[in-house]
Amino acid sequence: MQVTINVNGEPITRDVEPRKLLVHFIREDAELRGTHWGCDTSNCGACTLWVDGEAVKSCTVLAAQADGHDVRTVEGMETEAGLDPVQQGFIECHGLQCGFCTPGMMMTARWLLDHNPHPSEEEIREAISGQICRCTGYKNIVEAIQWAADHPATSEVNA
Amino acid sequence: MQTPAPTDYVRATSVANAIALLEEHGEEARILAGGHSLLPMMKLRIARPEMLIDINDLDELRGIRVEGDELVLGAMVTHREVLESPILSEHYAVFREAEKVIADPLVRNRGTVGGSMCQADPSEDLSALGAALRGTVVIQNSSGSRTVPLREFHEGPYETKVGPAEMLTEVRFPIRPGAGSAYEKVERRVGDWAVCSAGVFVTVKDGVVADCGIGLTAVGAEHFCAPDAEAFLIGKAPTEENLRAAAKLAGDASDPSSDQRGPADYKKHLAEELTFRALTRAAAASQGA
Amino acid sequence: MTAVEEVPISAAGNPIGFGNMKRVEDQRFVRGQGNYVDDVNLPGMLHSAILRSPFAHAKINGIDTSAAEALPGVVAVLTGAALEGIPRPSLLGDNFAWMPTLSYDTQAVLATDKVRFQGQEVAFVIATDRYIAKDALELIEVDYEPLEPVMDAKRAMDPDAPVIRDDKGQTDNSITDVHGAKTWESGNAIGTAEAIAAAEADPDCVVVTQEIMYPRVHPSPMETCASVAQMDKVTGQLTLWTTSQAPHAHRTVYAMVAGLPEHKIRVISPDVGGGFGNKVGVYPGYVLSILGSIVTGKPVKWVEDRNENLVSTSFARDYHMTGKIAATKEGKILAVDVDVLADHGAFNGVAQPTNYPAGFFHIFSGSYDYPNAHCKVTPVYTNKAPGGVAYACSFRITEAVYLIERMVDMLAAELEMDPAELRLKNLLRPEQFPYTSPTGWVYDSGQYELTMREAMRIAGYDELRREQAEKRARGEYMGIGISFFTEGVGAGPRKDMDILGLGMADGIELRVHPTGKAVLRLSVQSQGQGHETSYAQIVAHELGIAPEDIEVVHGDTDQTPFGLGTYGSRSTPVSGAAAAVVSRKVKDKARLVAAAALECSPDDLEWELGRWKVKGDPERGKTIQEIALLSHGSLELPEGVEGHLEAMTVYNPPNLTYPYGCYICVVDVDPGTGQVKVRRFIAVDDCGTRINPMIVEGQVHGGLADGIGMALMELIAFDEDGNCLGGSFMDYLLPTAMECPDYELGETVTPSPHHPIGAKGVGESATVGSPPAVVNAVVDAISPFGVRHADMPLTPANVWRAIQGRPVRVDLAVE
Repeated sequence: MQVTINVNGEPITRDVEPRKLLVHFIREDAELRGTHWGCDTSNCGACTLWVDGEAVKSCTVLAAQADGHDVRTVEGMETEAGLDPVQQGFIECHGLQCGFCTPGMMMTARWLLDHNPHPSEEEIREAISGQICRCTGYKNIVEAIQWAADHPATSEVNA
Repeated sequence: MQTPAPTDYVRATSVANAIALLEEHGEEARILAGGHSLLPMMKLRIARPEMLIDINDLDELRGIRVEGDELVLGAMVTHREVLESPILSEHYAVFREAEKVIADPLVRNRGTVGGSMCQADPSEDLSALGAALRGTVVIQNSSGSRTVPLREFHEGPYETKVGPAEMLTEVRFPIRPGAGSAYEKVERRVGDWAVCSAGVFVTVKDGVVADCGIGLTAVGAEHFCAPDAEAFLIGKAPTEENLRAAAKLAGDASDPSSDQRGPADYKKHLAEELTFRALTRAAAASQGA
Repeated sequence: MTAVEEVPISAAGNPIGFGNMKRVEDQRFVRGQGNYVDDVNLPGMLHSAILRSPFAHAKINGIDTSAAEALPGVVAVLTGAALEGIPRPSLLGDNFAWMPTLSYDTQAVLATDKVRFQGQEVAFVIATDRYIAKDALELIEVDYEPLEPVMDAKRAMDPDAPVIRDDKGQTDNSITDVHGAKTWESGNAIGTAEAIAAAEADPDCVVVTQEIMYPRVHPSPMETCASVAQMDKVTGQLTLWTTSQAPHAHRTVYAMVAGLPEHKIRVISPDVGGGFGNKVGVYPGYVLSILGSIVTGKPVKWVEDRNENLVSTSFARDYHMTGKIAATKEGKILAVDVDVLADHGAFNGVAQPTNYPAGFFHIFSGSYDYPNAHCKVTPVYTNKAPGGVAYACSFRITEAVYLIERMVDMLAAELEMDPAELRLKNLLRPEQFPYTSPTGWVYDSGQYELTMREAMRIAGYDELRREQAEKRARGEYMGIGISFFTEGVGAGPRKDMDILGLGMADGIELRVHPTGKAVLRLSVQSQGQGHETSYAQIVAHELGIAPEDIEVVHGDTDQTPFGLGTYGSRSTPVSGAAAAVVSRKVKDKARLVAAAALECSPDDLEWELGRWKVKGDPERGKTIQEIALLSHGSLELPEGVEGHLEAMTVYNPPNLTYPYGCYICVVDVDPGTGQVKVRRFIAVDDCGTRINPMIVEGQVHGGLADGIGMALMELIAFDEDGNCLGGSFMDYLLPTAMECPDYELGETVTPSPHHPIGAKGVGESATVGSPPAVVNAVVDAISPFGVRHADMPLTPANVWRAIQGRPVRVDLAVE
């Protein structure tokens, strides 16, 4: 079947099997390999991206379901104005080590901050509780998101 | 990465259209709602539908509203919408308490109430909640719709009263002024399925329990409820002693099996302990504490 | 504690030397521009999938691949029988069906005679699409004849137990080491036995005995194992992109396995999504992708799914330990004895540098001063996945630390003594270093009491104990757990340590370009450690070149010198030392060049960061950048001094380094449900010099989460039929942000006396040190119920059952 998915503002049309997972469409058809996958069972969140403004696990969505919808990935975070504050926060606070869970974590972080610009530590921890990081022990991820909340300046251009 | 077996895909344009598609494609067709129960089963190739009927475009299945003395949730209401619904919270704390411990925020963004109910996992939290509140579901087919009490909805693990060419369209809960409610869950880790959960409501009037409902999940309680415990409490003062005795009966209503989440004796203990804790909080809430 | 050294700041704002520095690699990672193996896509590339055994132990009577081969899109299907038919010109066997493990055992690439664990590789499908490859797996018919599985190490020892390794002609399930021994001992057997017997007979002494299970766990990096193999038939060149912590060692193994000339093999380990020991071993999947490319003539990609990763790749632990500790009633430890039954799974695939089966386990005597210690370790085969040394374990120091720290806590309970007081009474004292342990280790340095008191200060230890007493009086159960650990890392002296005969030394190459920018080529490989940043800092510290002017190259065998790779916390102790040494070689040469340019004797020059200057005339001098240009220019160089400014070195560590630390965990336990909440976690690490404290602390954070995970939820268990019960992240539970507290870190700094910059390595410290702190805290919390020990993982069910006095067997689900 043919699908057209609006990825980071750009419509991408491809012929796909109906069974194709959205994460594979993004990685292989859209050739955006910043979205990873890590578990198969919707537990790890490495595949997190946005569908119509909501953070979802793209290993558990079919590309067919996203036909005609908007998808935003890590590649869509940076703008001409620079890195998203979430991206900058991850650098500032050492919120990543191997980098594999990072895109998914950042997509959730941006989603959280768009809904709740001043989250508490507990709210941040809960927001990323469906995602696994094996390197950081989460402390610096939490601090990175707090940093982004405290430095919202450039995020307006992403609105 | 695990991948589903070949399948076909169509988007329904209305509930009637979805039912017509179910009739057309027969038993190998499945309704695709949020996909967070079905797709994992398909990736494991345990589920192998030949046709997926996507109902995500059906706005008629969305929305949370009050109709008369009932709360009505469309089948496509997401877990997050339940969690954040002021209407539901106004009537029952248990919605928010239960949803807060169902899966994780991202799954709650996509997973739906109807999908979870129809998956009918023996550890489904909404099953305990639905049984406690004595909710009903509306099931529709080409000749019309019928209402089924949630305490009669389940036919067994992963089996419900929703027939081959039928769809669950709504879940309804009676509004009970003055009721307090609470949800208690033990999980091995945040986001895990329940080792045991207890959801309850209690209405205390004139110092005695006028009405109550007790739901249990993951512990093999028949229809996810504990009717003997409920009957015991009616007309009694919500004292610690009475709540303990009712909780004991709830424990007796469970019939858990041992697995990775814990041995059966532990789960039976939890059925009792969590029921007691939930009843205590719900009774206090009903009395305005 | 040492004062923070003042370090100059570069134009880009980075420390020219040690200190916090934002990571270079983050720039690509935060943009989603990391390049992991599954991101590698080549023209004409084929995909693959592995059919795995559903049985733990079964004879294979036949495999029918015809239906799979007929599926459109399937290019080839390989079986063990097919591999047996491919002759291999190699010393290690005559066909491709079997490969050597890193412990001188053999492992089936694809099963031939029988399968020996659930998840073992049985057939390999190559197809045009990864979905089709998975579809084809369902079409392969395997005729299995199930055999009795051996799922319990104790059962494996029974004389009538089924023999798992009949392929080797074995008649039992014992594992022999390279010396031919079936058990391995370390320490003073007679002295230890006598000391314990004397203590048992002495009314002023106590002896505590406990069986302790360190159950099987899995490293589970977020990226599973994967490879892309490209065999160029014309040139004979094999290029392998792979998830490897040790690309050079892997290349040598592939040369041995495939009989390919080593100079024609290029192993590239690009960005790696976490390792933790999972990516040290050579797995059948890697080998199959190579064979697949040889067979099809096209690039072949193999990527594990998570279930495959959990059920087939390197597990960790699975140690059944029985400990005995003897002490005086005043709390002076006299002796420790430990007997271990080690479950190695179906193939002895342990990746560790000693020729003994137990790695570094014999460091179990710990951080305490007592003369008698002895261990005996018996490894056995079972019908479980192979492996054993993984998950940041420092070659089984994890098990050793857990054993001694649990035994010390049980001793404290027996003596009714505060566990902190007991430890303080027995810790090694600074003047005892270098200290030779009862099992022969030479600990290099330490200020143990200082570190422990710092942890207690941060924790507010006395206040916590008061709070605990008040809460207990109210029926609330909080627990305080302490762990004090010493690790030996940085394998190793090459004469003592090797993997498959490859000595544990690491090469490095530093080249300063004419304009004064530099490139450093490492043998070790980052899986998140931030080598591109911290190695630049080492060179900056030595030469004064700004870190942003130093490119760090790693992970490609064609671009880097030989070395053994990154695991066992060895990068900083070995390759980090190499970076300092090679920088000093360049500095020494720069001195000769500078002297020639300044027309003075090299002896007249002295070094200040980034510059050689004339003693007594500091205005006269040459910066390293000026010297770089001079060395590439037309300056006449002294006799024996070659042009250009570069050096290489191979670093062979004289000893291990010995990082250590004290951890304190505070938990609250709900005895009605068994739920544990980790409220606080205090970690004071002494890893010597900290090159980039931000990175050090990040590694500690990650290890603490590992320890909390292992202590509370992670488990690879089996049922009696041989089914793995931890085959997905729904059952192999990893901690989330909700289970992890806001860690409180501290430090002491005792530089390693033999490491060029005094660094000791820290990558595994927290994973090694934290599990006993958590378990000690939980046991402390529920000690009023009479609990002295409970095995990990301390899930709500296991804690509740421990409180009931009916502990659960964790490793094997028995009906």
